[in-house]
Amino acid sequence: MDFLTLLQVLDTSVRLATPLLFACLAGLVCERAGIFDIGLEGKMLASAFFSAAVAAISGSVWIGLLAGVMASVALAGVHGLASITFRGNQLISGVAINFLASGLTVLIAQDWFGQGGRTPSLSGGARFNEIKLPFADLLSGLPYIGQSYAELFSGHSLLVYVGFLTVPLTWWVIFRTRFGLRLRAAGENPEAVDTAGVNVIRIRYTAIAICGLLCGLAGVYLATGLQAGFVKEMSSGRGFIALAALIFAKWRPWYALFSCLLFGFFQALSFRPDVVKAVTSLDVPGQLLDALPYILTVVILAGFVGKAIPPRAGGEPYVKES
Amino acid sequence: MSAGSDKAGRPDTVDPAIELRGISKSFGHVQANKDISMRVMPGTIHGIIGENGAGKSTLMSILYGFYKADAGEILVGGERTDIPDSQAAIAAGIGMVFQHFKLVENFTVLENVILGAEDGIRLKPSLARARSLLTELAREYELNVDPDEKIEDLSVGHQQRVEILKALYRHADILILDEPTGVLTPSEADHLFRILNGLRDEGKTIILITHKLREIMDVTDTVSVMRRGEMTATVRTSGTNPQELAELMVGRKVLLRVDKKPAEPGRKVLEIEDLRVVDDDGVERLKGIDLELRQGEILGIAGVAGNGQSELLQVLGGCRSATGRIRLNGEEIDPADHALDGQVWRGRGVSHVPEDRQREGLILDFFAWENVAFGYHHAPEYQKSRWLMDNAAIRRESGKKMERFDVRPPIPELAARNFSGGNQQKIVLAREIERDPDVLLVGQPTRGVDIGAIEFIHQRIVELRDRGKAILLLSVELDEILSLADRIAVMFDGRIMGERMPDQTSEHELGLLMAGITDTASAA
Repeated sequence: MDFLTLLQVLDTSVRLATPLLFACLAGLVCERAGIFDIGLEGKMLASAFFSAAVAAISGSVWIGLLAGVMASVALAGVHGLASITFRGNQLISGVAINFLASGLTVLIAQDWFGQGGRTPSLSGGARFNEIKLPFADLLSGLPYIGQSYAELFSGHSLLVYVGFLTVPLTWWVIFRTRFGLRLRAAGENPEAVDTAGVNVIRIRYTAIAICGLLCGLAGVYLATGLQAGFVKEMSSGRGFIALAALIFAKWRPWYALFSCLLFGFFQALSFRPDVVKAVTSLDVPGQLLDALPYILTVVILAGFVGKAIPPRAGGEPYVKES
Repeated sequence: MSAGSDKAGRPDTVDPAIELRGISKSFGHVQANKDISMRVMPGTIHGIIGENGAGKSTLMSILYGFYKADAGEILVGGERTDIPDSQAAIAAGIGMVFQHFKLVENFTVLENVILGAEDGIRLKPSLARARSLLTELAREYELNVDPDEKIEDLSVGHQQRVEILKALYRHADILILDEPTGVLTPSEADHLFRILNGLRDEGKTIILITHKLREIMDVTDTVSVMRRGEMTATVRTSGTNPQELAELMVGRKVLLRVDKKPAEPGRKVLEIEDLRVVDDDGVERLKGIDLELRQGEILGIAGVAGNGQSELLQVLGGCRSATGRIRLNGEEIDPADHALDGQVWRGRGVSHVPEDRQREGLILDFFAWENVAFGYHHAPEYQKSRWLMDNAAIRRESGKKMERFDVRPPIPELAARNFSGGNQQKIVLAREIERDPDVLLVGQPTRGVDIGAIEFIHQRIVELRDRGKAILLLSVELDEILSLADRIAVMFDGRIMGERMPDQTSEHELGLLMAGITDTASAA
């Protein structure tokens, strides 16, 4: 395998890791505030559909982005209402959102476009196109460093860069700001937050809104960046893989980046069975390669990868002591 | 200690730090606070005592903005102040140290101190300011804690200091402490009182809620007594005594000391040798315990919570396996035997009143009569036939037992949850003592129980002893051990540090043993 092939595989990994990364950070913010959200998948799917549909109709990917994010934030609002205000079970609410998104997207797609539950293919201004970083062509002749720059770092859509910049941003907000301190405290011991005179409910709603925003970006990227249009169930379990990545990352932003890249890498491998064969000289069946990220998810969720301590008040609605 | 120091020199014109006027609060048709008025002068330590359910905590929750009073007004520094939430209380200069700390366990001390009182969006400046303030306070009031330590790595006494620091960081002038010594060793408690005295001398006002008369006598300047939602008296501490306060609390004469004859220990009932327990995390909790228990005596196990006492009780109650040798009535028992559960021990005459009555002693959602039968539900008199239980018989008998143990109300058809703490404990005791066991294991028999009920429970335990039974008493209340036990063993870090006779030791000596210091001669 030559260096260029390696770069290609890594390049695909980066693309595939991006939606995972957005969703993983979304889950991180939410769970750090004490709210479990297994509805990442549903929010991502809803956003993917609405962004693609609105982009197809309006011809502008930016209006599509707005619509996708709004759809995701709206679903996050439903989760907030159910689990914060009405103190319902957070898992059930999340499951409901996943079902809702899965059914509703196909139904509306069929109604609007009549193409069997998909949106028309997007092109031109209705998509996030690849951005060529400056001097990419010039440097591509330079072996290794220049090649890496041109192949791996250049040529992604805007949202990929946004996604990777979200990592340090999330880290800064969570660990270096007042809001982050309160958010983490709300996920560990909401009573301490409350007696310190801070409104737990407001913090948790804010966290949920941020979660909705990031999930929305994940969905937008899926439908308008990674692919050109919405197809049924196109999130294909990425929300759940993101949850596994989150546990693997021990609820830390930088770790989240690496665990998402790892998952992205495994997903990328399934596109390049030839590479796998070349490297391992094993004839790994394609189905097994396709299943790899999911197998990894199961392994992680089963707790084989060290002890990960979730936020202590996670999953529990906050009820003031009476 | 400047107990009861005279503050009469103050001019009358000084406004009280806190004044309550006619505060009333009801929950449903239970009146928790009835027309309460109280004045606390600045620069004093004011005690509030009362039994559980007397309304102390409700009153303080109103002051800290957790509840809204139905009627009445609060004056802070002479000015009418509305306190709708904790934020308003903090703004009015009131700080509260709860009985159960409100700290984020995996945050550092600094992070906990600034939480909710940060200076701006970025944390760095707040952390720096808190750090310098903490150094200052540590010097001034003996409030030393390592600012970068995580809460979960601190001792309880240090965690409490963090709570005090939190209040001071928020510029609290009035500090309310709810049962602050419940979890402290005697020396930690002394340290706390030194801190409180220092704060008082700096002009802070301190309200101390407690049910321990000795603390009131030791550190307060004035004391208010609450009974059944009413403030029955406010007196100068120097002008009262524990007996009088106890009577004001309970509303009748009470025995503060347990009335008992000297013990007449008989033959050995329970012998324990080299008992060891390793917990699930691989930590050795019991490191070779040797004990013997005789008929007709109460052996008290003293120690700070978490030094292996619970594990000892669990092993003897059949809730945990161990290694070592146990002889019960001369018969060898292998503590490693997994078949050895509570049923087996009870069958051999060992009854167990667990430490946590709500989690281990009772099933709160079950009826009182069911709870009275638990553990003995295989008893022949409870069976109707081979397959059916005789519920009517259980109910009848439970009613009688509950009456004999003064459970109020004595209604077997009520769920255990609906009884007060003291009455729940009496239900557990009725179940275990009425079975006339050879050995009674009792953990924290009076934790969170009213003075009146404490007296009753202590009498029942002494009565059992006088019938020639052996009692193993576990308590974190040193007072209780000193007054009830005939022999005291002190545990520290999974070992017995020594045995003492109650009339030949002092709280000071036991306190040192509890802290793991055996060389008591030189320390005393």
